[in-house]
Amino acid sequence: MGMSLIVKKVTQFVIGLIFLYGINIILFGHLGVGGGFAGGVILTCGFILIMLVFGREKAIQKMRTNVAHFLSCIGALAFLAIALLGYIDGTFFFNFIDHGKEFHLHSAGLIPFADIAISIIIVSAIFTIFVLLVFFGRFVGDAEEYENDEEYVGNIDRNL
Amino acid sequence: MLVFYTLLAIMILGSIVAIETRNLLSSVISVGIVGFTLSILFLMLGAPDLAITQVVVEILALVILIRATISVDNTAIEKHRDTFAMVSSLVFVGLFLVFASYAFLEMHAFGESLMRTSQHYLDNGLAETGASNIVTSIILDYRAYDTLGEATVLFVSVLGATVIMRRIGRKRGVNL
Repeated sequence: MGMSLIVKKVTQFVIGLIFLYGINIILFGHLGVGGGFAGGVILTCGFILIMLVFGREKAIQKMRTNVAHFLSCIGALAFLAIALLGYIDGTFFFNFIDHGKEFHLHSAGLIPFADIAISIIIVSAIFTIFVLLVFFGRFVGDAEEYENDEEYVGNIDRNL
Repeated sequence: MLVFYTLLAIMILGSIVAIETRNLLSSVISVGIVGFTLSILFLMLGAPDLAITQVVVEILALVILIRATISVDNTAIEKHRDTFAMVSSLVFVGLFLVFASYAFLEMHAFGESLMRTSQHYLDNGLAETGASNIVTSIILDYRAYDTLGEATVLFVSVLGATVIMRRIGRKRGVNL
């Protein structure tokens, strides 16, 4: 399953850099270009690259769908918790932590944490949707039509 | 200015090819041309945040669409075009262009906003939030409600996709 040896080897070299770049964009989102959304989608592209190159089993090993569901719940709840934490010092979404020194990694109070939470949601959500589309997408149009067609089902299982 | 018009022409050409071509795969690739040209446009207009997001989302959408089109057996479209639908859509697009030209003539020039909020963000963003990236300080501090809504939309979409797809998959005996 998967693509040729050259593609696999090149992916092994490149994949770490892709993940590092994504994490860099997430963590420095409040200082420079980027943020939770862009970094999260870059990390998702890394997972999708693993999935396309090494086949679906390998990618599912790296990130089981149960874990992805769990992470997307965790991310959403973490973002909500950051919003609610603002009530400690006033209002919803109040940025109550010390703002730190400008242009340093420790600055902007809650914004880096919100970035991390958003990136967790994005990674798990888009990866889950991609996995679902790859695994089940071809069934959608013919859900009722081929219900009892054993040969058709067998073909699909072989193609997956 | 010439660069913008060139990029605009490339985008319009790409979208026309995407509509007119008979092959699904080349149609998807033409849509990709439109997206990548749009990201270059964002970069030249001074919005690197948007450019990065546009590039990355475009790659993702392209991969998903190509994956979806390749798995479909029949990638060529043989059906003839519906004349009535085409004529009516042309009429409505013409009407939209007429009214939009009136509306755009009334708009303020690019970069000169009517409201004072954006000027307040630009002046006090760094001091109030501590984030040197003004875009992040807006979407995660001043307008964090919007971002919370986006996160909720993504979460609910995953929930819905999982519920619908898993039911179909269980019937087929494929379980994740």
